[in-house]
Amino acid sequence: MSDTIVVLPDQRTARIPKTNYLTKENGLLSWLLTGDHKRIAILYLISITCFFFVGGALAGLIRLELLTPQSDLMATDTYNKVFTMHGVVMIFLFLVPSVPATLGNFFIPMMIGAKDLALPKVNLLSWYLYMVGGILVLYTMVSGGVDTGWTFTTPLSTHYVNTNVLSTGLAVFVAGFSSIFTGLNFIVTIHKMRAPGMTWFRMPLFVWAHYAASILMVLGTPVLAIAIVLVALERTIGIGVFDPTKGGDPLLFQHLFWFYSHPAVYIMILPGMGVISETISTFSRKRVFGYTAVAFSSVAIAVFGFFVWAHHMFIMGISNYSVLIFSLLTMLVAVPSAIKIFNWTFTLYKGSITFETPMLYTFGFMGLFTIGGLTGVFLGTSGTDIHLTETYFIVAHFHFVMVGGMLMAFLAGIHFWWPKMTGRMYPEKISQLAAVVTFIGFNLTFFPQFILGTLGMPRRYASYPPEFQILNVFSTAGATILGVGYLLPVLYLTWSLKYGAIAGNNPWQATGLEWQTQSPPLTENFVELPIMDHEAYDYDWLERQKEKEVASVG
Amino acid sequence: MSEHQEHEHHIVSPKVYATILLALLVGTALTVWASYIDLGILNPIIALGIACTKATLVVLFFMHVKYSSKLTKLTVGAGVFTFMILVGMTLADYFTRAWGRW
Amino acid sequence: MSDSPAIAHGAADSAVHEHPPYQRHHFATMAQQNDATNFAMWLFLLTEIMFFGGLFTAYLIYRNWYYPAFVAGSHQLSIPLGGLNTLLLITSSFTMAMGVWCAETRRKSGLVLCLTLTFILGLGFLGIKTIEYSEKIEKHHVPGFHYSLQSFLDPASDPAAKAAGDKPMALDMARHTEVYFSLYFAMTGMHALHMIIGIGILGFMIFRARAGAYTTGHVTFVENFGLYWHFVDIIWIFLFPLLYLISRHQ
Repeated sequence: MSDTIVVLPDQRTARIPKTNYLTKENGLLSWLLTGDHKRIAILYLISITCFFFVGGALAGLIRLELLTPQSDLMATDTYNKVFTMHGVVMIFLFLVPSVPATLGNFFIPMMIGAKDLALPKVNLLSWYLYMVGGILVLYTMVSGGVDTGWTFTTPLSTHYVNTNVLSTGLAVFVAGFSSIFTGLNFIVTIHKMRAPGMTWFRMPLFVWAHYAASILMVLGTPVLAIAIVLVALERTIGIGVFDPTKGGDPLLFQHLFWFYSHPAVYIMILPGMGVISETISTFSRKRVFGYTAVAFSSVAIAVFGFFVWAHHMFIMGISNYSVLIFSLLTMLVAVPSAIKIFNWTFTLYKGSITFETPMLYTFGFMGLFTIGGLTGVFLGTSGTDIHLTETYFIVAHFHFVMVGGMLMAFLAGIHFWWPKMTGRMYPEKISQLAAVVTFIGFNLTFFPQFILGTLGMPRRYASYPPEFQILNVFSTAGATILGVGYLLPVLYLTWSLKYGAIAGNNPWQATGLEWQTQSPPLTENFVELPIMDHEAYDYDWLERQKEKEVASVG
Repeated sequence: MSEHQEHEHHIVSPKVYATILLALLVGTALTVWASYIDLGILNPIIALGIACTKATLVVLFFMHVKYSSKLTKLTVGAGVFTFMILVGMTLADYFTRAWGRW
Repeated sequence: MSDSPAIAHGAADSAVHEHPPYQRHHFATMAQQNDATNFAMWLFLLTEIMFFGGLFTAYLIYRNWYYPAFVAGSHQLSIPLGGLNTLLLITSSFTMAMGVWCAETRRKSGLVLCLTLTFILGLGFLGIKTIEYSEKIEKHHVPGFHYSLQSFLDPASDPAAKAAGDKPMALDMARHTEVYFSLYFAMTGMHALHMIIGIGILGFMIFRARAGAYTTGHVTFVENFGLYWHFVDIIWIFLFPLLYLISRHQ
């Protein structure tokens, strides 16, 4: 048994196809005015990576400050601004668009056998909206920052702080519309643009996951938009919807905010789960176990996701009865997530597993997401929540899900589809090293925070009692390693653009339609519109195709 | 849902539109008239009932949902459903706050 | 874009016909394109439902909390003006629907007429809204720094409150009328903003329709705009009873 499934063409004769989406047109304008979903995905990839490193730098500052118990690196209100900007950048400019806007944008049309997304101009518009949002955030940063926390909690955001709530709010509003348009585009594309024979249950699970996430984007984001509009009106002209002195209820803001922002965590994680379904099947050479269950669990997460938002508000004075109901419903959401994890594990069972980089990230995802998800159940239980919320436990929890889960999935996806996007392989050994470094760094950074949280260290403070220092030092040390783990891919992926081995059409021997065309693909994606005549993840079909090819060539 | 199903584009006749306009105008008159009569708890119910009826008429006929695909109907349904979750579950919190402890 | 007809027709339909100029290259058939854009418009309206949904939620909560304040607040609104606006908007919805019909049956002058009527009715709505707003500004009923409680503490001094037979309110409840007017301005303001955007697009459409753009059999744009316009109408259908009517009898 070989230890790799990678099949590359003969490097001496192989060439990158002359005509592809990258070479079709040249010049900056051909990129800035493009309607091609693949080019827009690349635009997104570049801009998202930039913002990721901005957010990452802020995270570095936070960890540096927390190296020592005193608040010595920066003033406490600077610290508030730094963690707020870290949250805003990472959530609205990285996590929400990360996988959907890059990999989803690039591969959903290809996976379902379409030439493009249904609304190419809207797709481009959503990138421009994203950039406007991003630039507004940068403007906020250079003009003094904002220190409300990424949650813009009223009445702090409306009355008590003197920082740039308005420009940040506008940024989130605009970036939100970018996300709405992306989701809307995906839903329309998945409904209306599937190739002949591509029935719902022949779609790759990546597409199902994006479908579910898109529903959340379309239905959830506008509620955030209106909440932010009301905050802005309250700050500027002083209307009284959230203002307790006028009879408004600050908790109403939280209801509206979390009505979006809880589903938003599923917007962030679902596309990552889609990536994992693809990689785990490809690298264990098996159809995803329980395809239908995994597909429906995505939709179930999307639907349940709307029923649980008030678990963010258990300690904030909502009624005891709501606490009871929302706590129960929160437990329910764990079920579809667990269905996914179990099915992926069963997919591994008796598969021919190989350990290429995407698979290493996938294993990282499965372990870390499981921990993140299970600690979410602790927090959904109202009794433990009262003890653990607003401590480092919750910080560790959502970083396990978001960084350990989503970022791992993002990197898995980037490595997995890199050969398709660029036509060249990334260097395998160093990327495996990066995956391992990331995993180690991640655990060292965030696992101590679980302990810190149970010991009672509150979040969002620049200083802490000296007895917490040792764990914080671990955490900061881990963050350094993690930073190296994230820098490495940028370096070697850039390197591979010129020097990587030529990948050929299907280096992984994967079954998706996107792998059956040249890499990098044509602007029209397919020479001939494909007809789907087999199930998803049908490796026998792939074998038969190869035999046919050999027969016809020979 | 079958692919590329070319369902007949239905053109709604002006007569239908005129009838709906008439119904909407009657509904408006009715709701204004009803608002001046003290019916106690029934006042908001009647007002919202008439508003819902009017909205349904607009959706079904002006917006052609009656003649549209199942997908469009489902989309409208999904919107109403999510709206109900938002309103219903938020109000559930507010109404039960006064109940105190259990 | 260089898509040869052979590619476009590869699998979806075998009928050999030239593409109409308005068919985008990545759609196999015109029906697919129309379906897709129509569906996209509906999804956009979903987001609009949720956008206004937040405001309706706030309204329902505060109406239950501050019932007397909401009753007194609504007495400050003019039913004749609100009713007239409802008539204007419903009629504009009708003319818009007729516009879609004209486009479908390729009546160019009819389409231009319908769109122009819709445009004028929309402007009329905004005009009346301006009258209503300016009255609120005069009475200092705009929430914010200069909000005045005069009409609610001393209803006899205010013709509208007097006509409705309001009794003087206790100070703390009277102050909550500001919440009512906050919501009034937020809801009608958001609605008016949608009207303004709609009227802007209408102007563009009239211009294009005169050049015969929508009467060539490709009516998707008019249809989808119609959906938007009717949606804005529906919002008003709910705003009118909620803000103006349901507390009138008291």
